[in-house]
Amino acid sequence: MFATLKFAALLLAVVVCWATQDYDYNDAEIDEEPTLGDSPYGSLWPLPQKVQISTVVFKLSGASFHIFDAKASSSGASCRLLQNAYRRYDEYIFTSSRKQGQNKSKKALASDMSELQVWITSADSECDSYPSVTSDESYKLSVDSPVAVLKAPKVWGALRGLETFSQLVYKDEYGAKSINRTDIHDFPRFAHRGLLLDTSRHFLPIKVILANLEAMAWNKFNVFHWHIVDDPSFPYLSRTFPQLSQHGAYHPYTHVYTPSDVKMIIEFARLRGIRVVPEFDTPGHTQSWGKGQKDLLTPCYSGASPSGSFGPVNPMLNTTYDFMSMFFKEVNTVFPDAYVHLGGDEVDFSCWKSNPDIQKFMEQQGFGTDYSKLESFYIQRLLDIVTTTNKGYMIWQEVFDNGVKLKSDTVVHVWMGNKVEEELQKVTEAGFTTILSAPWYLDYISYGQDWQKFYRAEPLSFKGTDAQKKLVIGGEACLWGEYVDATNLTPRLWPRASAVGERLWSDRDVRDLNDAYSRLAKHRCRMVQRGIPAEPLFTGYCAHEYKGV
Amino acid sequence: MEEKTISNSRRCYKQWLCFMVLFMSFSVIYVDAVWPMPQMISSSMARYTLNPREFIFQYSSGSSAQPGCSLLDSAFERYFPLIFTDYRHNEWFRFPFTVVVHVERAECEGYPDADSSESYKLSVCSGQAALRAETVWGALRGLESFSQLVYQDDFGEYFVNETEIEDFPRFQFRGILLDTSRHYLPLHAILKTLDAMSYNKFNVFHWHIVDDPSFPYQSSTFPDLSSKGAFHPSTHVYTQIDVKRVIAHARLRGIRVLAEFDSPGHTQSWGKGQPGLLTPCYKGTVPSGTFGPVNPANSSSYKFMTHLFKEVTSVFPDSYVHLGGDEVDFTCWKSNPDVRGFMLKMGFGTDYTKLESYYMENMVNITKGLNKTAIVWQDVSCGPYLSLSVVEVWKGGCYLCEVRRVTKAGLRVVLASPWYLDQPGPTHDWARYYTVWPLAFKGTEQQKKLVIGGEVCMWGEYVDATNLSPRLWPRASAAGERLWSDEKMTSSVIDAFPRLVDFRCRLLRRGIQAEPLFVGHCRHEYQGI
Repeated sequence: MFATLKFAALLLAVVVCWATQDYDYNDAEIDEEPTLGDSPYGSLWPLPQKVQISTVVFKLSGASFHIFDAKASSSGASCRLLQNAYRRYDEYIFTSSRKQGQNKSKKALASDMSELQVWITSADSECDSYPSVTSDESYKLSVDSPVAVLKAPKVWGALRGLETFSQLVYKDEYGAKSINRTDIHDFPRFAHRGLLLDTSRHFLPIKVILANLEAMAWNKFNVFHWHIVDDPSFPYLSRTFPQLSQHGAYHPYTHVYTPSDVKMIIEFARLRGIRVVPEFDTPGHTQSWGKGQKDLLTPCYSGASPSGSFGPVNPMLNTTYDFMSMFFKEVNTVFPDAYVHLGGDEVDFSCWKSNPDIQKFMEQQGFGTDYSKLESFYIQRLLDIVTTTNKGYMIWQEVFDNGVKLKSDTVVHVWMGNKVEEELQKVTEAGFTTILSAPWYLDYISYGQDWQKFYRAEPLSFKGTDAQKKLVIGGEACLWGEYVDATNLTPRLWPRASAVGERLWSDRDVRDLNDAYSRLAKHRCRMVQRGIPAEPLFTGYCAHEYKGV
Repeated sequence: MEEKTISNSRRCYKQWLCFMVLFMSFSVIYVDAVWPMPQMISSSMARYTLNPREFIFQYSSGSSAQPGCSLLDSAFERYFPLIFTDYRHNEWFRFPFTVVVHVERAECEGYPDADSSESYKLSVCSGQAALRAETVWGALRGLESFSQLVYQDDFGEYFVNETEIEDFPRFQFRGILLDTSRHYLPLHAILKTLDAMSYNKFNVFHWHIVDDPSFPYQSSTFPDLSSKGAFHPSTHVYTQIDVKRVIAHARLRGIRVLAEFDSPGHTQSWGKGQPGLLTPCYKGTVPSGTFGPVNPANSSSYKFMTHLFKEVTSVFPDSYVHLGGDEVDFTCWKSNPDVRGFMLKMGFGTDYTKLESYYMENMVNITKGLNKTAIVWQDVSCGPYLSLSVVEVWKGGCYLCEVRRVTKAGLRVVLASPWYLDQPGPTHDWARYYTVWPLAFKGTEQQKKLVIGGEVCMWGEYVDATNLSPRLWPRASAAGERLWSDEKMTSSVIDAFPRLVDFRCRLLRRGIQAEPLFVGHCRHEYQGI
């Protein structure tokens, strides 16, 4: 197979290969379309920062192999997060192949790998905390016989390393679980690697969200951006304002997320090192809010009388701000993450313009006819409210574009497809941290291998100083829900989002399409085998095809 | 909703009023939600409560099909849980309801075929339903329609409104193509698709079973074809038992299984298990090691094909067999000195289409000898040998021009061009598949009659079991209605939209992973991942 290896020198230059690696790189011509060869990096995805894989192979015996806490580790049996992860990865590695009844008396052979020791090196393992944007996800993995050692300062790095370890294991031609002697030193390129799911345009059953959190962990994503409510429905069951979902959800019982659902999702995510950042988008995108909260939205007028329809949140009423401050107080207690996404996108001014009270208010405030000033007025007050809850906030780029005064730790979310580089330049010039979504709207589909398009996108290609570039803390793949629900979400997301995952985790220079194609095809088969219906990249097969339907 | 499109009877106006009342009083599910739209349907406000414990299917005394008719017995078994999706014990209400089924000709053990009648009459009135059909195939279509008439209110009670339906398909051939070569589709994915096809009144499963990438069909005559040509010789093959199971599953749903063994192109995988079959390509004067289409210059090729198709036609009972014949690349033939010699000998000059026709003529004659009707892709150039064959039009552009041309030559046509559903496009494009007018070409009545139907193609480059269902449904449903229903009654996308939204929720309820058309929800969302 190595004869057909199409392999770019670029990749080699970056991914440091410390020691012997006898692959054949002679055939280095590069085609336009990626060809399926074998990558020297097997099925690793996303590619670690530094990998060295030797040709020495060890066998893993399903009967004797175990994942342990290292003696010196600061985390022990009481760390549920890790114990859970050990069990999960044991199952992934030995899917159905671990023979029952084989006892441990069989002594491991010299060439066998008998255990993986997990060693949390810093005094505080952060086992019981929530991951944050500053969490240390780095780890070092040394695979050698008879013991493999995974060292990480915090549990977050250990989780990433366990995933990597599981990706190193493969079946040899006789079906025996094997692993090569390997050294890896790994850390993420970007701290914020997110995925947006939209549960308002279509309700997503809990099961679907959990399954995709699982898949996110396999791709080293660490932020679930939960676009939980929007115009079409309000499935978030608020304790303070239960009428919001009672009237605003598609169905008050079957299409809502109860407090315990939300809790379960947050904990499930935490156990996988994933933050849950909820988005409560205002003042636009709030039609469903109006159903349960009278007078929250602006009544639109048709001539001199109300038309019966409603526009964005009414920015001139004090009751609006009273409501928002109580509501976000709840959000603050329910969602532990340090950030909340406040939306602020696509505010349509026509309803505000039609309303005579708003017109009067504009006059009083001296806004003239500039409705973006009114929008800023609203956002400003909302930000003040959220600031008092000690949360940081993220906002869509319009809020920045419209010149709203922002706290210095605000994250500006760049999503508009035109002038992306200019926008990144502007936002970072103003000193704000930013995340990028513009190239990664995964709800747009096209024929063929569009993962390549997502893969090629480079977040730091804009002109700016090093300090500016440091302000780009990551990106998010967005899967908006107009045409997506439980029936098609998962295959539409994976492995296309995996391309984004590698762009955000791996080194900037990891961009060889042939090598990526080879690894990604295997990675997608692994996702399928682990039970996620990840769609194919192109003609071909997996040893274990998807068994659901 | 526009009344004209849902009824052709005098009761239109009354019915429309009824709907207004229904919407205002209960905002209840609207009852004409049969997809595809029957040729004639009218219904009234009067409705009957259905109690699962008191609900039976019965053969009418005069019916030629009687208990023991395997086909209908199993259909009754199937439709009961489809009608009563969350069957609850309900001891308080007792509303006996009978569906009386009458069939003129019982072909209970037979297979549906090109000339099978699928017409039926369904009358729900005076506390029972009477379903009359000429054949069991028509009865199946009627049962499907009946099952779609039943709805649940918010308290879980089942109802059916008084309804009269007279129905028959517009086109005799309503197919779906699945490609099991580019990706192997596990058996359950195929069976599930057959289920969904029957809900949409599709009646032909075009099984594009082999192609370049893999040969999953396990031949009993030539086992090497799959042992060497499949992605995997034991996990990625269709055994004879698998094939029988697909055919049986399809038969019970009134679906024909049309097997395609595409040649002379698209045969790379064949070559692995059948040395000498493919044309060796030459680089200059030496073989390059690669292979092209089937070698048309070797008589052994035809011998092989005769044996293979003898097996294929005995395994697949349908009277049609698909010979493919598309996208033949001549470069390899041109490079091969033996082929060139053969061209010379046959007097073909340098016109390789003549060689291709020569090959196809042989193939058509083989199938004729086996008493089968050949169906070929449009690439196959017309000739007298095709006289009784069917041409499948698949190329884009002015496909109706091609339909016109082929029917002018007196050949039958199946239209696939507008229904390439593997191209995902923007997903709200179901309307693109709905607003297709297969007979909108200039031609005689005779020519129009030669258009025997159409087919949805789901090619497999980017499709496998992980994404097949949501990519197929409900977009294929749009084509399903176009092929079954009256064109005038179903010309409006706006009218179809709410019906299709309802229908896709019904598909979900039946466990079919049908994707959404737009923002919204179903009472019962899909529960898988």
